[in-house]
Amino acid sequence: MRGKCWKFWDNINTDEIIPARYLNTTDTKELAAHCMEDADPDFMKKAQKGDVIVAGDNFGCGSSREHAPIAIKAAGISGVIAKSFARIFFRNAINIGLPIFESPEAAEQIQEGDEVEIDLAHAEIIDHTSKKRFRFEPFPQEMQEIIQVGGLMNFVKKRREQ
Amino acid sequence: MGMTITEKIIAAHTNLREVHPGQFVYADVDICLGNDITAPIAIEEFEKAGIEQVFDPEKIVLVPDHFTPNKDIKSAQQSKSLREFATKHALKYYFEIGRMGIEHALLPEQGVVAPGDLIIGADSHTCTYGALGAFSTGVGSTDLAACFATGKVWLKVPESIQFVFHGRARNWTSGKDLILYTIGKIGVDGALYKAMEFTGSAITHLSMDDRFAICNMAIEAGAKNGIISPDKNTTDYMQGRGEKKYVLHQSDSDCTYAKIYEFNTDEISPQVALPSLPENTKPVTDVAGIKIDQVVIGSCTNGRISDLRIAAHILKGKKRHPSIRLIIIPATQDIYKQAIKEGLIETFIEAEAVVSTPTCGPCLGGHMGILAEGERALSTTNRNFVGRMGHPKSEIYLCGPAVAATSAITGEITPPDEVAKKE
Repeated sequence: MRGKCWKFWDNINTDEIIPARYLNTTDTKELAAHCMEDADPDFMKKAQKGDVIVAGDNFGCGSSREHAPIAIKAAGISGVIAKSFARIFFRNAINIGLPIFESPEAAEQIQEGDEVEIDLAHAEIIDHTSKKRFRFEPFPQEMQEIIQVGGLMNFVKKRREQ
Repeated sequence: MGMTITEKIIAAHTNLREVHPGQFVYADVDICLGNDITAPIAIEEFEKAGIEQVFDPEKIVLVPDHFTPNKDIKSAQQSKSLREFATKHALKYYFEIGRMGIEHALLPEQGVVAPGDLIIGADSHTCTYGALGAFSTGVGSTDLAACFATGKVWLKVPESIQFVFHGRARNWTSGKDLILYTIGKIGVDGALYKAMEFTGSAITHLSMDDRFAICNMAIEAGAKNGIISPDKNTTDYMQGRGEKKYVLHQSDSDCTYAKIYEFNTDEISPQVALPSLPENTKPVTDVAGIKIDQVVIGSCTNGRISDLRIAAHILKGKKRHPSIRLIIIPATQDIYKQAIKEGLIETFIEAEAVVSTPTCGPCLGGHMGILAEGERALSTTNRNFVGRMGHPKSEIYLCGPAVAATSAITGEITPPDEVAKKE
């Protein structure tokens, strides 16, 4: 997982990630077209596939709309690094398989435009621009089980088959 | 070691005798809920997984309340998917418009949720039902889809924070003001992942409507759930709301809280949250005089009958300020009917308010009162994020029903005492 970083601030809420005026559809492409629109109207013009969102505290606060992580994932963003995540966004990201990483140091020190690589095996974020490395806390075992099978519905299906 | 009410309810929904904060559990769900925005994704996910049957057609609730009556073709499609799913699986609780109310006012009113229940809803304000002494939390659409299939939810048992409100809520101070004050003190992530347990003499004396308003906004402090121990008010409220059996839990005296906050309620005056976070709260007297364009009274936070009574008491015999659009939305059909009986709706119409059928509508910038660029709303809703009610360059101030109604008369943010006397 490697890409250019786009920095956002604290308390980015789901209304900014995907405004409610676009919630009359579940089409992932349509949702992606408006990703982050009320935080940065030009975001989708600038962001490239594989890029990474870096934000402050409480990313994804507000509404429970799963359209928010869906829009980010469908926009081709490879992952979100934040100081902390709001809890419903956090569980939605796990459930749909959007990679998220909680690392206050990385979120603080990574600058916009930095080239960042995320090494899942070593739970490490590598900033190739600044040459800094940051740790992130791996998920608890129970959540990893959901992530490893590609999300909650796959997990449910597997359990039913057992 | 004792358990908090939150821990007790979670434990009672597993095969464990006790649970502890941080523990990961799969809990049995009594009621799961979706609306016309979140349920369509859940339905798609459920059907994509090829699962034929829902876990229990009596435990799934679908409420098309956000963009309804359908505001456009796309929202009509979404409502249709709920209707078809409800028919296909013979769901007991599908609320077609005409019976529909805003979900978090409707479910307690209709006795669908009860004390001791474990409830999940694909809507962040599902935390409202904690006011009944239930564990209730907002989740996403995929969680809902998984629950349709299994009747279970994965949960990390939250730590609890206790909020003790000493004294009494005085004069115009309502449940909404207490929760705005609290969020102002601890911030929008002040209770992140945690349970907010509200207690103290001021809470004991609050009506259920005020308690719902408090627990409703626990999510605005990042909490997993808000909860109030059930008491006589709770059991009185449950009278005549169906046959559902319920369990009353209380926190043990030796339970553990991550933190305890104590507030002197006598000193809490009506609050206003300034744009664009609910934590930007100030006493209304500090922000008096700010000009507004629109007043909204309604939502899952403040669209209940006691909110409408306060608004009508203030608006009686008066008119909205000529520069104000006043929109009043009873949260459910029963509340609407009661408001008609009591003459409240007549008061509103005489005051030149727009009265709408129940809908979440303007709260999330859906319909029924969208703001233009540069406009400013004062609203009894729950969020004042950038662009929440319309144009990204519009603003929302949050308050309780008394400040909203008063300000609708003056055209600017105004303390209620300047216009009306409390009964």
